[in-house]
Amino acid sequence: MDGMHDLGGKQGFGKVLHGRDAVVFHADWEVRANALYSLAVKSGVFNMDEYRHAIERMTPQHYLTASYYERSLTSLATLCVEKGLVTHEELAQLAGGAYPLSMPVAAGRGNHANRTAFVPGDQVRVRDEHVAGHVRLPGYIRGKHGVVISQSPAYPFPDAHGHGLHAEDEPTYDVRFEAAHLWPQGAEAAQVHVAVFESYLELNV
Amino acid sequence: MTSDTTPIASIEQRLDAIQTVLQRQGMQPAEFINTFDELAHEHWVPANGAGLVARAWTDPTFKQLLLTDGMAAISEAGLSMPVHHRHFVVLENTVDIHNVICCTLCSCTAFTIIGLPPDWYKDLAYRSRVVREARTVLREMGLDLPAHTQIRVWDTTADTRYMVMPQRPAGTDGLSVDQLTALISKDALIGVALI
Repeated sequence: MDGMHDLGGKQGFGKVLHGRDAVVFHADWEVRANALYSLAVKSGVFNMDEYRHAIERMTPQHYLTASYYERSLTSLATLCVEKGLVTHEELAQLAGGAYPLSMPVAAGRGNHANRTAFVPGDQVRVRDEHVAGHVRLPGYIRGKHGVVISQSPAYPFPDAHGHGLHAEDEPTYDVRFEAAHLWPQGAEAAQVHVAVFESYLELNV
Repeated sequence: MTSDTTPIASIEQRLDAIQTVLQRQGMQPAEFINTFDELAHEHWVPANGAGLVARAWTDPTFKQLLLTDGMAAISEAGLSMPVHHRHFVVLENTVDIHNVICCTLCSCTAFTIIGLPPDWYKDLAYRSRVVREARTVLREMGLDLPAHTQIRVWDTTADTRYMVMPQRPAGTDGLSVDQLTALISKDALIGVALI
């Protein structure tokens, strides 16, 4: 989905906050938030792709104003409701106030029907596809071309896995893009490497 | 029943509520929080990654392994990654190439090796800007790279995880692996600082 989380290349943000050598946790509740979603994953309540997608489904207003660990908590709570561990109403009662959750989930999808393997050196193009559900494709590479540098081991296909659907594991490729091609006349020179799932790619001919 | 006008519960109250839910499921959340706290603060530390780099600086065979099969190198060093991280790629900085890691979609890191992500890595400004204006972002963060240095930005969009191998600083020939390890910061392992 074209959610607020897809931040790569968005403009208007200022300097990076916090400087260097920053701490990981600022409060005990942040440790608890991280621990509890990890526990839910470890216990099989949901997987990491479902967890990421439930964060992506937060309204943009909530996403931008929530801290990192509030987003973790919101995803955890949303999925506990969606998986039937508790109702939203009961969560609010337990918390003693309103309990904002993420927006409802849309349909997921399986592996691409015309998926093909690539080898290092292949010129590839990122399919210009727009999906309603979870996708691990940053919008800034959609429709763009790059070169395959290497292949990673197969992973669960996030567009299916993030929806609890079955799909084949598939390789990701380290694809190198030129920043000047991603944002013509609008980027500083750099090579941008993205780990791209096989289903998202086609040969650039 | 709550309505639209009900004030939002505090973050701690919301967390307590979800902990109660997990407790009812028999997941023993309080115990796991203690376990996690210890892992996060004492085991998932940047010294793990720093140790790998320091050893690679002093042992060409290990360096070759680290650069070509990161998972094997981790295993040989007695470290581990979560099961969903299936690939560990180490990016060697050279005189000509500087690597920097980000995660534009969330804030993924090789957290068992370099520690959980620091604030600035999760900052919306870092996530949005570093892929598009890396040189400026790095300069603002205190790293002013020479104009001839090629910058490579690595966006962690799958469960392959990255770590930067910084260049070994001059004048460190006599140092032990432990002494070298102590020189290497988490920021350098992500690529926003040099050693």
